[in-house]
Amino acid sequence: MSKIPDDLKYSKSHEWVRVEDGNVIIVGITDHAQAALGDMVFVETPQTGTRLDAEEACSVVESVKSASDIYSPAAGEIVAGNSNLADSPELINDDPYGEGWIFQMRVDDTDALVGLMNAQAYEAFCEEE
Amino acid sequence: MTQKTVLNQVHCEAGGKMVDFAGWDMPLHYGSQKDEHHAVRQDAGMFDVSHMTVIDLRGDSVQAFLRHLLANDIARLKVSGKALYSCMLQPDGGVIDDLIVYFINEQHYRMVVNAGTTEKDVAWIKSRLGDGVDMRVRDDLAMMAIQGPNARSKAMQAMSGEARQTADTLAPFVGAFCGEWFIARTGYTGEDGFEITLPDTEATGFWNALIKEGVKPCGLGARDTLRLEAGMNLYGQDMDESTSPLESGLGWTIAWEPTERDFIGRKALEQQKTDNVKMRFVGVLLEDKGVMRTHQKVITAEGSGELTSGGFSPTLNRSIGFARIPKGDSETCDVEVRDKRLKARVVKLPFVRNGKTCIEL
Repeated sequence: MSKIPDDLKYSKSHEWVRVEDGNVIIVGITDHAQAALGDMVFVETPQTGTRLDAEEACSVVESVKSASDIYSPAAGEIVAGNSNLADSPELINDDPYGEGWIFQMRVDDTDALVGLMNAQAYEAFCEEE
Repeated sequence: MTQKTVLNQVHCEAGGKMVDFAGWDMPLHYGSQKDEHHAVRQDAGMFDVSHMTVIDLRGDSVQAFLRHLLANDIARLKVSGKALYSCMLQPDGGVIDDLIVYFINEQHYRMVVNAGTTEKDVAWIKSRLGDGVDMRVRDDLAMMAIQGPNARSKAMQAMSGEARQTADTLAPFVGAFCGEWFIARTGYTGEDGFEITLPDTEATGFWNALIKEGVKPCGLGARDTLRLEAGMNLYGQDMDESTSPLESGLGWTIAWEPTERDFIGRKALEQQKTDNVKMRFVGVLLEDKGVMRTHQKVITAEGSGELTSGGFSPTLNRSIGFARIPKGDSETCDVEVRDKRLKARVVKLPFVRNGKTCIEL
């Protein structure tokens, strides 16, 4: 069974979101997603300062199997990409909710995050899929 | 309905991520495709390949039959047990399948064909069968490949004394029977090892004995990246009925001599040679960051072509692929990876053999 921490929010495209202070969120992909994709071999993280709309493709993770887009959960601006992923894409497999985070962004309005699922809802969503 | 090999339950219990492959429920990996890949390059790994089909052909006319059926020439096989890689062609030169054929004796040859093509292969062969050749499809057999620098020693440890003796004497690309077992020093990874065909009833026991010797179970994912590094074609991707072996890097498998041998597809291939073959089949190494995938567009100075296979090489830590591109001298190309044009280099295959990198990075 894949891990789904209680303190995070989840999107239908299998990103997790951790809400920090000052409208900043941290985004990665879930344990369920990394297991489905398999060993990561290449990650393209977004440039700091990039402006994004909600649900805009802004990052690519490539596994041995396939390439997948990562979407921004809300409109805002990128404040950091995880530079460690360039040399160690496997961090996403080993620690999807920690060292394997993909980017941080400052969202324009945290209210835009209310559409995300909580852990319980995401678990049900994965089972249905 | 999805078919299952006799080892299906073993795979599921070992945590295999099962996927449909050519109508078979097969393990893609058992946790990490990369770890499995490295196990084969550096130590020993094993694959259940029971989904592939063994066909025994016997009879007084079997040699003449196979010399007509196959583009490579089984008359080259002089040593009992020796294997030959060949294409089976349509009259128009399109590839029906690629296969391995073993010379057992003048009256008996054994073929191993792909899972996804079995039905049409059997129908094709049957439609060509004449008197003096008997065909038997062996659905009572399991098959496993044990591959890697330590594969032979570990596999022999797992065998009974008699089988071990048989296995120990085998030269590369030769197989031999030991009772109902057929042990061959062949494979599809670019490493040394065995491919062993054995009765269904003995498969699970032998698989477990191999695990005890430290042979790592590997799935189809690693099998694909290993064969890609080793420069080995995959039917349905790198060639099929619509492509010529001469444009698929398989020219070396066509036995043109003796000229009087009339194999199916010969006239068409000779015509293609006269008309000049327009495409070449090459290895591609990505210079930029990213991962090339099958079917992506390849652009050269002579025109554009396509990646027939593409992926990530765990050994090189780079993206590699095969491409069919217009003939010419281009040593570089661009590949359209998603919405970007990335720089790549045209290289000679293989990328990796026997654990060693064969190209300059």
